[in-house]
Formats: sequence, C-alpha cells, structure tokens
Amino acid sequence: MSSTTKVEIRSGPHIKGPRTVEQIMLNVVGSLMFVCAFFIYQYGISAAASICVITAACLLTEHFFVRLGGQSGTLSDWSATITGLLLALTLPPGFPLWMGVVAGFSAIALGKAIFGGIGHNVFNPALVGRAFVQAAFPTAIATYTPSFLPGRFTEFIPSTLALPLMTPADALTWLHDKQLDALAAATPLARWKFEGVLASSWDLATSLSGHMAVGPSPLLILLCGVYLATRRFMDWRIPVAVLGSAALAALALHAVYGSRYPDPSFMLFSGGLILGAVYMATDMATSPATPRGMWLYGALIGLLTVLIRYYGGLPEGIMYAILIGNAATPLIERISQPEAFGTAVKRREKEK
Amino acid sequence: MRLLSYFRGETFARGIHPPHHKETAALPIRRLPFAPRLIVPLSQHVGRPARALVRIGQEVARGEPIAAADGFISIPHHAPASGVVEAIELRPTANGPWTESIVIRVHAGSTQEVLWRRPRDLSGLDADQLVAAVQETGVVGLGGGVFPTHAKLKVPPEYPVDTLVVNGCECEPYLTSDHRIMVERADDLLRGVGIARQLLGGPRAIIGIEDNKMDAYEAIRSRLPEDGPVTVEAVPTKYPQGAGEMLIKTLVGREVPPDSRSYQVGAYVQNVATLASLGHLMPNGEGFIERVITVAGSAVTKPGNYLVPFGTPLRFLLDCVGARDEGLQVVFGGPMMGQAIASLDAPITKGVSGILVFRSRDLAPRAALKTYPCIKCGECIESCPMGLNPSTLGMLAVKREYDRMADSYRLGACFECGCCTYVCPANIPLVQHFRVAKTVLRGRKAA
Repeated sequence: MSSTTKVEIRSGPHIKGPRTVEQIMLNVVGSLMFVCAFFIYQYGISAAASICVITAACLLTEHFFVRLGGQSGTLSDWSATITGLLLALTLPPGFPLWMGVVAGFSAIALGKAIFGGIGHNVFNPALVGRAFVQAAFPTAIATYTPSFLPGRFTEFIPSTLALPLMTPADALTWLHDKQLDALAAATPLARWKFEGVLASSWDLATSLSGHMAVGPSPLLILLCGVYLATRRFMDWRIPVAVLGSAALAALALHAVYGSRYPDPSFMLFSGGLILGAVYMATDMATSPATPRGMWLYGALIGLLTVLIRYYGGLPEGIMYAILIGNAATPLIERISQPEAFGTAVKRREKEK
Repeated sequence: MRLLSYFRGETFARGIHPPHHKETAALPIRRLPFAPRLIVPLSQHVGRPARALVRIGQEVARGEPIAAADGFISIPHHAPASGVVEAIELRPTANGPWTESIVIRVHAGSTQEVLWRRPRDLSGLDADQLVAAVQETGVVGLGGGVFPTHAKLKVPPEYPVDTLVVNGCECEPYLTSDHRIMVERADDLLRGVGIARQLLGGPRAIIGIEDNKMDAYEAIRSRLPEDGPVTVEAVPTKYPQGAGEMLIKTLVGREVPPDSRSYQVGAYVQNVATLASLGHLMPNGEGFIERVITVAGSAVTKPGNYLVPFGTPLRFLLDCVGARDEGLQVVFGGPMMGQAIASLDAPITKGVSGILVFRSRDLAPRAALKTYPCIKCGECIESCPMGLNPSTLGMLAVKREYDRMADSYRLGACFECGCCTYVCPANIPLVQHFRVAKTVLRGRKAA
C-alpha cells in the first residue's frame, strides 16, 4: 500500500438496490406493447398510425421542453413514451392524426412540462391531453368505428387522414358506402346510456367478437397489470381499490334498481375503466405513495366513475374520476401517513 | 410456539433483502501479526476519553492497562502488544478528528500471550462490583454503538428487564465476524450471557440468529440444556433485523415507543461479540485488546475473519490482506451503515466490526447513476422499518424544512439504516439528506 493510494469517500449506504426509474418505465412500456398490438389487430393501420403519431408528438414535446427549461428527465426515462401510448389507447382509432398531435402536445406541455417535468406533475399527462381534446374536438372524440372491419390493414379510416383544421370525413357515410352501416359505431357505454342496449360482459372483456366500438381487451390489460404488479413495477392496491369500489357501487345500485342499472360486470368491462385502473390511476407521480392513501385514492376513483357514468352527461367517467383523484392526492397523502414504529403502542396506551 | 411463529415469518414490518455476500462465513478466525507501531486513541467510545497512565519511553506488557477510565461513562484501554511507548500525541482517526493517542513501538518478536491479568471469581460479586469488573475490561458495544458496556448494563432499577435479547443477526451484507464468533466461541458467548443475566437480575435470554447461519444456531443450541432460561432462535434473514428495536419486535413481539429505551418495555439487547468478549475476558480479568473483524470486498485478495489487535494502522492491515493498490473505497462496518474512511493512517479501534475494501470502479457505476426527481413510487415507504415516509422527508429536506421534518414526519425516529436510499429507483440520497437535517437540527438545539 503506497502512500499515494487514492481513497474515495462517499456517504453510505455503499451498495444500491437494482431498481431504477428507467427499469420501471421500460417494463410499463413493454407491457403496453401487447395492449397496443391488440389495438392494432382490432383497428388496423389507422390504430397503428394513431399510436405512432401521438407517441412521436409526446416525445418531441418532451424533448423540446427538457431542452428549453433545463428540466431533469430525458427521453431515455421512457415516461413520455408511456404517456403517448396511453393517450393513443384512450382515443378512437380513427381520431384525426393532426388532432392526435394536438393531444400529444397538450398532454406533455400542459400535463407535465409546466409543472416541472417528471415527478413534479399533478395530473396524469395522458388524461390531461385527452381532456384537452375532449373539450376541443367533442365530435371527433365521440366518433368510433367498429373493430375488426374487413380491409382494416389496407385502408385507413378516412377521418384519420383529415387535414389540419378541417372537419374529418364522416365515418357513418364511409361505413354506409362500405355497406356496413348496420354495424354499431357508438361505444357500448354510449349505446347503453342513450339507447338502453346492453352488450354482453364477456364480449366486452375479451373484445374479440366482431364489430364493436371498444378499446383493447380488458382481460389482456388485466393480465399485463398482473405482470406489473407481481414484479412490483406497479402497486396492486390501486387497481384493486378502483375496480373493487366501482364494482361495489355498481352492485349496490343494481341491487336497488335492477331494472335501471346493469350488473357490475358491465360496469367493470365496458369503456376505459380497466385501462384507467391498471395504467392511469397507478401513475406513480400523481397517485399517493402511502399504502393507506392508495386504498382511499382507488376507492374514490371507482366510486366517482360509477357516479359520473350513471348520473353525468357523458357516457364515460373514468377520465374525470382519475383527474379528480389526482387533484385529491396531496390531501389523501396528508391524512394517510404511515404509522411510525412504536406509535401504535403509545396510541393504545392513550386510549386506555 | 416460537417455531410456529418463525415459519409464519413473524418479524418486523418492511425492511429489505440485499444480497448477503457472506463469502467469508466459512473462513475460521485467524490472527493478524503485530504492526511495527500500534496507535491506541484515548477515545474509542462514547463518553469521556480515557486518561493516559503511561509515560513516553515506558515499557508496556501485552494486556497491561495504559489508560484509565475517566468517570463512569468512560473505559480504560490496555496495551495490545508488548513494546515501548514512543509518543502520546494527536493522530488521525477513522471518525475524522485527530485524537490524543498512545503510540507503542512493538518489540520485535512480541509474544501473542497476554502477559497481564487479574483472575477472579465472579460468582461472589454484587451488582456494583460486577459492573466495575466489566468496566475494567474496557469493552464497548461491538455492534457499532461503542457505548461502554458496563454503563449499558446498569439499567435503572425501576424498569425490570424480563428478557435479554442477544443479537446474533449480523444483518449487514459481507460481515461474518459475529457468525464465526458464534461458531468458534460459543462457550465464551454463553459465559457472557450468564454474566449479563447475573447483572440484570436473571431474566430469560433469547439468542436471535438470522436463518442464513444455521451452523451458528446449531453450535449454540447443542450447548444449551432443554428448558433452560437461555434459548436460541432462528429469525428471518432481513435487513435491518440486527437493529435492536427490530429484533425485540421479532423475538419478544414488543415495540419500543419513540423516544423510549428498550428496557422501558422490559427488554435489553446485547450483541454476541460484546458478550463473547465479556465471557472471554472477565474470568481471567483481562483487558479488551483485540477483536474479530471481517475483512472483505472486491479489492481484497485474502478476505477473512481476522483477530486484529487494536491500534493496528489500516494501511498495515490492508497490506496483510493483500488489498490492491488502486482507486479504493474503504468502509469501516457494513456496506449499509458503515462509514467511508478517508485516511489509511487511521488505526483500527474497538468499534470496527468489519473492513470492506472495494475498488471504486466496482461501486462507482451505481453511484454515477442519474438522479431523478422523486417519482413517488413509494418503495422507500415500503422499506422503512420505522414506518416513516422517506419520500416526503426527502422532498422537505431539499427545501430545507428541517423543523417540519422533525415535528410532522418523525425524523428523530430514523436510525439511518439506509433502506430508503438502497431501494430508491430515482437514486435520491435520502438517508444522506436525513443525516444533514439531523446534524443541522442538533446544531440549532445546541446553539
């Protein structure tokens, strides 16, 4: 040992666990690939174009703001990719691409960058983007085409290629020209709400039976969720709480007004509830980090979803429910701090 | 019943499972040769520094007292080797500040035999005499606390202790010295347990050993009578099982409330190395002059468990174990709670349980990771054994809201086990923030 040996000093712990932000995000992206593949299988090249363009818009916006604001975070943390993929999955497959760019930009700019980038955002960026285009383009966002149309891998849904600031081609006319106008072009939730037509829960869960205007299979999403939860890239408590409280609320209403409200399985498998519960309510930065807080937050979202769906003007409620849950997160965390070691003993003594 | 609760995995909540790296567990204890010069700091413990008893130029025999305790919360020191006192001067120590130290030039060919001892019969001593006898050995808490053991053994009489918890967890990765002591010196350990029980008024004793060292468990169990007051139990291997409060929770099922001491819930914890030292030294009336230390890490070519005389300069020890001479990181203690050492001239003192030597490039890749803002994944909350919220504490620390950390988020309960920093995927130096916050708060209190 010579007298010139260099010794480095660093404050402990001197070892580090294997987990990194990139690893968490990359696993979420990986599981989303399966969901996206199913979406493309359902809707063909329009869905593929929508996913690519919206994700690219998110990444470019992220890159721009990171450079502009000197924010921490880079494209390599994969968080903007997740936002883009999720945003595309919540929009109709034939959503005009230029509107998708607007959605992607507003998701990152309004949902993330203005708060200071990764970790600092208050609301789920994908849902901020969706809320923005819901307000800006209410017709386009409500226009669904049926899944598994013949020729979906060779032909774009005409609205996809609408020119910027132009009214998209009417999907109904297009379906009529293809002599497919007998097929439903409204989502099962909208059909139930406005026409009183109830779809089979099993068809909704698999999303495999043809020509329904539904998103990727809730069962597939649940499977991805189970993977993420078992490898602890996502907390299992939040989806369980969301789905549990939604099911309970729906069950209670169904038990009282069985004629008016469908049974809980329709509530669970229709619309974006499962996608929201598994992938969006669990967004780490915008959900409580305390275990008890997660239960409260999830329960709140599930309940709000049912209330909005049944009593609100819109057929779908998960988006606003999660955004409200996000807003309530700081409050929820405040009242759900973990109980420090040994304090239970003290509390019991006091109660005596 | 106990076995049943073990299989149900009953233990403290949360915690982490870092890789064990107990590669040295099978290596028997070996002696380290004497360094040409030994540096014995007068302060190697919590409390007042000892007073030097020797003059420069004085001959000392191995085991002879060279410094006396200065008051009750203080301990004496003994000559680790025979030699001549060369200097009594300020020398660098592992903790940073230079400390008054006795430098002994070791006689060439100095014998390993202990030349100074005052054997006595312990059974006839009353409690105060026994505490004084413990103090004369100069033993401190060897789990890292370095609090004088005799002072810790003097429990206020209004708190009856019904359980002596003997801590054989050694939950820190790499360290195996306690493991080897339990395997090779089980008789010393049990004698030490007996002395501690005698002092505490004869409570039952439970020796808790993590279930990754079942050979140690067997070695002790085979020496214990059935239905005796001393039992041994395997506990789940989980960091920080070896923290006193956690082991009490696991073995006795009691939680020590915040701002309380363990004897207030009737439990008392001692580390196995401490008790084995007492068991070895007390009957012979010897002084504490050497201890078993695990030397390991990627830069050590001859890792193992070494019996190291106190005062051995770190540089000499590194040469003996064949440490590579390149960019190094040296840690006293375990990799989780141990302390990085800045000076290779620092001597090994009574509180050093392990010496880990890494090439900095082996640790650097992780340390060089990008730090993200907190993404609130909650991993730290799920790992904190004290049930704190490191995520929020960390954000408050960045904003320097130290008072709020202490008042609203129980910063004071943090014992700096480092689980939060270990798990944080955003690579935020959480426990490091907390140390800064605590130091600032202590400073404010003192001011």
